Amino acid sequence: MKKRRVSFPHLGNYCVPIAYLMRRGLGTDYVTPPPMTKRTLELGARYSPDFSCAPFKLNLGCYIEALEAGADTLIQTGGACRLGYFGELHEQILRDLGYAFDFFDLARASYGKPLTFLGEFKKINPRLSARRVLSTLPIVLKMVECIDAFEDYLRKNVGFETEPGAMDRIHIQYLEAIPSAKSRRDAASITEGFMERMRAVPVRMPARPLRVGVIGDYYTIMDPFSNHRIERALARRGAVVDRWMNISNTLLHNRADAVMDRIRPYVKYNIGATGIYTIDRALACAEAGYDGIVQVKAFGCTPETDAVPILRNIGADYDIPILCFSFDTQVGDEGIDTRIEAFCDMMEMRKEAAVERGIERKGTG
Amino acid sequence: MTDRTPDGAWLGIDVGSISTKGVITDAEQNILAEDYLWTEGSPINAVKALVARMGDRTDAGRRIAAVGVTGSARRLVGAITDAVIVKNEITAHAVGATARRKDVRTIIEIGGQDSKIILVNNGLVTDYAMNTLCAAGTGAFLSAQAGRLGVAVEDFGAIAVTSARPTPIAARCTVFAESDLVHKAQMGHSKEDIIAGLCKAIVANYLNNVAKGKRIEAPVVFQGGVSKNIGVVRAFEDALGLPVIVDENGHLMGALGAAILAQRTGKEQPFRFSFTDVDFVTRGRNCAGCANACEIVSVYRDGVRIDAWGNRCEKGASVACATLEETGTSA
Repeated sequence: MKKRRVSFPHLGNYCVPIAYLMRRGLGTDYVTPPPMTKRTLELGARYSPDFSCAPFKLNLGCYIEALEAGADTLIQTGGACRLGYFGELHEQILRDLGYAFDFFDLARASYGKPLTFLGEFKKINPRLSARRVLSTLPIVLKMVECIDAFEDYLRKNVGFETEPGAMDRIHIQYLEAIPSAKSRRDAASITEGFMERMRAVPVRMPARPLRVGVIGDYYTIMDPFSNHRIERALARRGAVVDRWMNISNTLLHNRADAVMDRIRPYVKYNIGATGIYTIDRALACAEAGYDGIVQVKAFGCTPETDAVPILRNIGADYDIPILCFSFDTQVGDEGIDTRIEAFCDMMEMRKEAAVERGIERKGTG
Repeated sequence: MTDRTPDGAWLGIDVGSISTKGVITDAEQNILAEDYLWTEGSPINAVKALVARMGDRTDAGRRIAAVGVTGSARRLVGAITDAVIVKNEITAHAVGATARRKDVRTIIEIGGQDSKIILVNNGLVTDYAMNTLCAAGTGAFLSAQAGRLGVAVEDFGAIAVTSARPTPIAARCTVFAESDLVHKAQMGHSKEDIIAGLCKAIVANYLNNVAKGKRIEAPVVFQGGVSKNIGVVRAFEDALGLPVIVDENGHLMGALGAAILAQRTGKEQPFRFSFTDVDFVTRGRNCAGCANACEIVSVYRDGVRIDAWGNRCEKGASVACATLEETGTSA
């Protein structure tokens, strides 16, 4: 039987571990969707309900481009917001457009019970070896952790590299190299090799750099195309960019009850999806004496919109500026750049004034 | 503050979507010359005309030490004037306004296409917000409604203050406001009541969107083109219960800020008024590297490229031609 050519929409660089899971674990082929561009967004927006969020439209655009690139099997995942309904709608829209494909909606599985995924995977490849999947999964999770840690270092340091582009080059090579890992240990040692090279890139870090926390909805925050490469825009203006939200921190090392305990003074109940994490991280950045916080969200994202008034309270209580962005299908970067530049100027001025007044904000890195 | 040229002067230019403003300042940040004109879709010509007019009026011996540029065409104008600093309009307006009034706490700014609020404490920006995704409640909206009512937008303010009973107009969104306005006019509300209602709607929209969650404290300074509309000024005073200060030079604050920022760099990059004789041409070209099809804009001085922008990645840089000749087009 011909191998299935599976594809999943882009989310940051997670296409690398997902491709690994499909190829090695499920024994299918994998089609990485072409890098997202204006065309992806236009295709997605053309065939989506206008009021659906930008992530829905971008996912649809990715599916269409993946089908054009030869994919015959599409997967969608579940989630804590409207994402849980994305799959059904995407499948219907693509069928109406006349594409031939198989569609597997993993929304039926539960992240809390990883074994439920095995049942879903069996539908994708009925001849799959459970042992193979179970031996691959830990490597995939390790890869996710390694990539997340690598990119965390990149975000915090890239704004200060003395040779522009040096870290990006290593990052690209790293993402190409990591799928050769055959074990968890392999993944760790490949990562360590590239991390050594990253640490060897000279950085000119000021004694007190700007420190900015980035918060927002699960998709927009992790996808640079959706957020107009906002982390890079901040880094270029000399900021250490701290973004907690990634797959390892949310799915692997996370405890929602502990988060609720921390944010209790601001929120009495879980406001859904990433809302409580957005609030929790804003609070953590404020307590650590960061210079500012930037929220990125898809226009119409209910949990993130609900978080905004709470963010304002945190901003007032801790005297920390918070800049909120909602992204829809606009493609111009100018207005975003203007706001980011002004925000960085303001953080810089506030810091200088604090130093003059002899009030050093606490924390160092 | 650095001042190595006691006799020096600084040129600040603010090129907005609607108007282009310029000031020349001395070391003490006094305004020596100022002017403004309509941008009319051509920032290069607007800046040339502006500079020519100011040059005629300034002591020719006075040397411009450096140029600072702000406004939505700042990148282009910064390139052609060889500016030492190119700054976003939020920072520039804040710097300009606080230089004029050290004690200002709140700056309300409503321009042709955007509106913002800047909170200041001890002369420093502590918070700001700018309208997003939507130009409701800006000058462009007022102009469009003036056209519908057959009234010159410049007369709006004077007409608005004659109304005793402003007509309530839905303020949430420009589209809703417009249909509400048509409905109220057809019901027989008088023009002055409708115009006064529109001024109130602009203020309600601003306070509920741009200024949402911000603490507005006195002194409040109102600037930008819409601040010339006395109806909107009164509506702000009513809504805030605070006096609202409009500086007669309020429209120049961005340009003043740009001049001050140029002075603060301590750099000298002299500017010659003869720049108006130089030929500047821009050319746009779509990169074919990927489906983003970035539009790369290059600006040429006497046929040679001095700057290019618009590319999202490095591939784009090679698309821009080094000379105008290579583009296969002529000036």
